[in-house]
Amino acid sequence: MKIWDLHCHLSGAPLTETTPEARLAHLLAAADRMGIERVCVFMGMSWAYEPPAERIRVENDAVLRAIEKYPDRAFGFVYLNPKHLDASMAELERCVARGPMVGVKLWVAQRCSAAELDPIVRRAAELKALIFQHTWFKITGNLPGESTPEDFAELASRHPDVPLVCGHTGGDWERGILAIRHLKNTYADLAGGDPTAGLTEMAVRELGAERVLYGSDAPGRSFASQLAKVHGAAIPATAKQLILSENLKRLLTPILTAKGIKV
Amino acid sequence: MNPQPVAADVRRPATRPNGAPFDSPGQRPAISFGKNQSPERAKSESTAALTRRDFLTTATALAAATTFAPSPLAAATAPAPDGLIDTNAYLGRWPYRRLPLDEPAALVAKLREHGVTQAWAAHLDALLHKDLSSANARLVADCARHGAGLLIPVGTVNPAAPGWEVELRRCAEVHRMPALRLFPNYHGYKLTEPSVERALALAAELGLLVQLAVSMEDERMMHPLGRVTTVDPTPLVDLAKKIPALRLQLLNALRSVRGAPLLALAAQRVHVEFATLESVEGLATLLKQLPPDRLCFGSYAPVFYFESSILKLRESVLAPDHLAAIRSANARRLL
Repeated sequence: MKIWDLHCHLSGAPLTETTPEARLAHLLAAADRMGIERVCVFMGMSWAYEPPAERIRVENDAVLRAIEKYPDRAFGFVYLNPKHLDASMAELERCVARGPMVGVKLWVAQRCSAAELDPIVRRAAELKALIFQHTWFKITGNLPGESTPEDFAELASRHPDVPLVCGHTGGDWERGILAIRHLKNTYADLAGGDPTAGLTEMAVRELGAERVLYGSDAPGRSFASQLAKVHGAAIPATAKQLILSENLKRLLTPILTAKGIKV
Repeated sequence: MNPQPVAADVRRPATRPNGAPFDSPGQRPAISFGKNQSPERAKSESTAALTRRDFLTTATALAAATTFAPSPLAAATAPAPDGLIDTNAYLGRWPYRRLPLDEPAALVAKLREHGVTQAWAAHLDALLHKDLSSANARLVADCARHGAGLLIPVGTVNPAAPGWEVELRRCAEVHRMPALRLFPNYHGYKLTEPSVERALALAAELGLLVQLAVSMEDERMMHPLGRVTTVDPTPLVDLAKKIPALRLQLLNALRSVRGAPLLALAAQRVHVEFATLESVEGLATLLKQLPPDRLCFGSYAPVFYFESSILKLRESVLAPDHLAAIRSANARRLL
């Protein structure tokens, strides 16, 4: 089956190479062994929970440098911090409107229910960029700016016509799925949690296979453990193909077409 | 590879190769793991042949649908001549959700599909039930009823419970189990408590492998009424020194136990499996530090998707001798 990975990074073991392109080459070598054709990459060589404006640019430069070398294998998402809205809007223009990136990554700087995200979402939608928001329900306690799926649902309710990806399906995926299932513009990213059996079956049952996306959160997570969530799920082969690549391809097609990128 | 602390050729199994318990200690044969060992090997080859047919059928179907690369799953599950031993499996139901494979027949079918020749299984009832005798008896019955010897029952003892010695001896002498599984965090004891040392010593005396589950679930996503901390295995270094005959394996350890603490345990003959190992090429990275003879295959099925561990064997580039050791040779020696 064709596999596109929604959720990859350039930081974390075993990527010890000193350049972004070398790290991406390493990641792609492992991806090759797992049959992964394309990867989406976001965030740079090292991470900060609340990156200042200049740091955001550095992180995005690293991704731009990496994907430039592998245009047929990797897509870039621009990393933004809504607490630095002007700088984030400028990065959106630089990396997506005028650059090769095709999506937006929002992490833990600010909870996504905040109004500051609205201009980012509106402009990203104009550009047809796919928006990915990290979410987690942690019984141990979220970071101050870390969104829950309920925060995400609030954002999605304000933008019912914009596709939004719920990162990690909320971590605590049973609650995450329930939080977003009534919002048809939302999609569940399977990446980044343990390969707990039943996750994908519940997501398909409650959301429909068309709203479930394979991602790994590699290299911090294993491609293997995350692919197992799809390969090992008791769902039809047609559903697996949607999750492994077809859904992501469908979501990215508008911006890929706009940019003249053929896949 | 490093030398093993216990010679495999003198280890006595508590079950027949087909998993059925022996009737008395006198019936327990010396085990041989030579290349021509008969019943186990014959079963392994029979299973491999059956699985190979299934594999070819699956591979053909997948190839027809593949447009980029051959399925990594198909390649990773190709049967190997020495079989595959899953050291970290369970029967029964996870307390907080139903699992797709939580019926024994379904689990056995999945294990067979991927060429597993032996799976060491404890019962999930043992996590929270106080009556472990009943859970252990159900486990033995289920292992006998399903899988035709595929499932090896691993009993559970709680050293903090009254009369634990009786249950430990029952596991060894009545059920003829080859191994025990401990859940210190779910049973509420520390490894520094005196009863733990006594339990480990008695297990060693009775020839039982001890498997200790370091965690069962990511602490961030636990049920609010079932929050359980990860076990600190540090005291096991000294306990292993004090009990030279102890054979010990940590399960679900590699999320939290890495680096110097892991190496200190490995130096005391402690083994691990890799169900909770993460990161791209995790096995290759781990084996840059950990001696390969300390690592066994473990899936944590049916709580985890079985395919996670089998695909990790594909994700890392492993030397053939390391792969063979991880798939089954280390586990054979350990049990």
